[in-house]
Amino acid sequence: MDIHENRASTPAMEDIYTELIAEESRSMEHRRHLSVPTAVLKGRNPSCGDEITLELALKDGVVADASFTGVGCAISQASTSLMIGLIRGETEEKARRLAATFLAMIKGDVSADDPALEELGDAAALQGVSHLPARVKCAVLPWHTLAEALERKG
Amino acid sequence: MAETGDFRRDFPLLRQEMNGRPIVYLDNGATTQKPESMIRAMCGYYGGCNANPHRGAYALSVEATGIYEAARERVRRFIGAGEAREIIFTKNATEALNLVAYSYGLTNLGAGDEIVLTIAEHHSNLVPWQRVARARGATLKYIYLEPDGNLSERDIAEKITKKTKLVAVTHVSNVLGLVNPVRRVADRAHEAGAVVVVDGSQSVPHMAVDVKALGADFFAFSGHKLLAPMGIGVLYGRAALLEAMPPFLSGGDMIEYVEEQDTTYAELPAKFEAGTQNVGGAAGLTAAIDYLEAMTFDRVRAIEADLLSYALPRLRALPWIKLYGCDSTRDNKTGIITFNVRDVHPHDVSTILDSEGVAIRAGHHCAQPLMKYLGQAATCRVSFYFYNTRQDVDRWLDALEKVREVMRLGHS
Repeated sequence: MDIHENRASTPAMEDIYTELIAEESRSMEHRRHLSVPTAVLKGRNPSCGDEITLELALKDGVVADASFTGVGCAISQASTSLMIGLIRGETEEKARRLAATFLAMIKGDVSADDPALEELGDAAALQGVSHLPARVKCAVLPWHTLAEALERKG
Repeated sequence: MAETGDFRRDFPLLRQEMNGRPIVYLDNGATTQKPESMIRAMCGYYGGCNANPHRGAYALSVEATGIYEAARERVRRFIGAGEAREIIFTKNATEALNLVAYSYGLTNLGAGDEIVLTIAEHHSNLVPWQRVARARGATLKYIYLEPDGNLSERDIAEKITKKTKLVAVTHVSNVLGLVNPVRRVADRAHEAGAVVVVDGSQSVPHMAVDVKALGADFFAFSGHKLLAPMGIGVLYGRAALLEAMPPFLSGGDMIEYVEEQDTTYAELPAKFEAGTQNVGGAAGLTAAIDYLEAMTFDRVRAIEADLLSYALPRLRALPWIKLYGCDSTRDNKTGIITFNVRDVHPHDVSTILDSEGVAIRAGHHCAQPLMKYLGQAATCRVSFYFYNTRQDVDRWLDALEKVREVMRLGHS
């Protein structure tokens, strides 16, 4: 009886750190402050030092504008940047739905060919993280923070 | 070049492969792997003579008591303590340090007293002192570092004063890997009338330690960082201090007589060992010390020094590597290399190294005040032990090249 018998093999790094993820993690496109945010929320993973601050301008049930600042690993920073690009201009309801879909994807509850993933666009590139248990918390950080920001506001 | 004895053969885990290649385990500062002889000693205890020590008047219990007390004597000799009753078994170094904080600290410190720590303390020798300071109205003061990572001599001279009641110092920093001048700190503390609490977690596995020569009043370490199982640790305390201290945990085994309203406590060491103890862990600790002493610390240090001198020049040749604590002007560097890869977060480095079968630590290393002092949110850390080889270093450095490649940062 070996307790390590079921040890999962490590996924290929090229499937985790895709060109898109590597580039997006360094992208400055969504890293800025909003002039008049209506919601500002910090998300942190104390154990690894990932820190992001989301800024949202919510108006009439729509995410009129969104941005972030922060430091952390490539996975947390890419996930945040992709999320901001995805939710800007969408309704709050859709932003909540996207968050639920993303979290389900990382938990492994959604298969790779599920049509629901299409809505996630480039953020679906983070699906590989679901095979890296130690890094799941990095990928989900911005989405949990978003869900909390929308919850508080609501 | 030092010997390259094939110590891996003694370690079942290191005989395994990961993704079809030998495991490169470079996180020995967190915990070491376990030799077969230690695992056999634990199995021998549980399979051969398991019983509750110090209680039953029957052969198995007497045997278990013998194993447990033999371990205490083994530890006494290992760290140069005067008497076996000065060795208290705990769960780990953290529990040992908390015992000192709650029993000695809360009893002996008061408003206006000062506790002096080094900025390089692990949270286990820092957070308990914050709690004592808060509870008793005492003040925390820190000894900071010279540019080369060593403790500031000026701070040692100036921060420890007549107001200082306790000095907490790590023997070796778990981030910088530098041996601190504990004796000098202790002499200064004793002049001022303070007691000295030494965290030996990162020294005891790698060098011969003599608690009396160090001038330690209290000295703590974990078994699992020196080949022994998790769940057994040691607190050494000078008998006179331990005798005057109230119990920390209370309950079974630590009492003499219990009345409805009052209790008298057992003598040392039982006073500080409430409840059924980790006899299997103690048996493992004995076997681990036997293994280490048979191989000698001279060999341990020679192997670690060789790995350092093999790795450091190659790391320095990489413009995208930043090293921390690797430029000590004294001959006091142990086998810990803390570094960052430019433009890559330590957790990404660690994930990519892991995919190459190389296990390292990444993060704040339970030393957030030190990380803040160094201006880093996180770093990577490699920590060697005697079973590591130059091939391990090669695999690690090759994997670092892969980090740059995977993150599309080129080879500049």
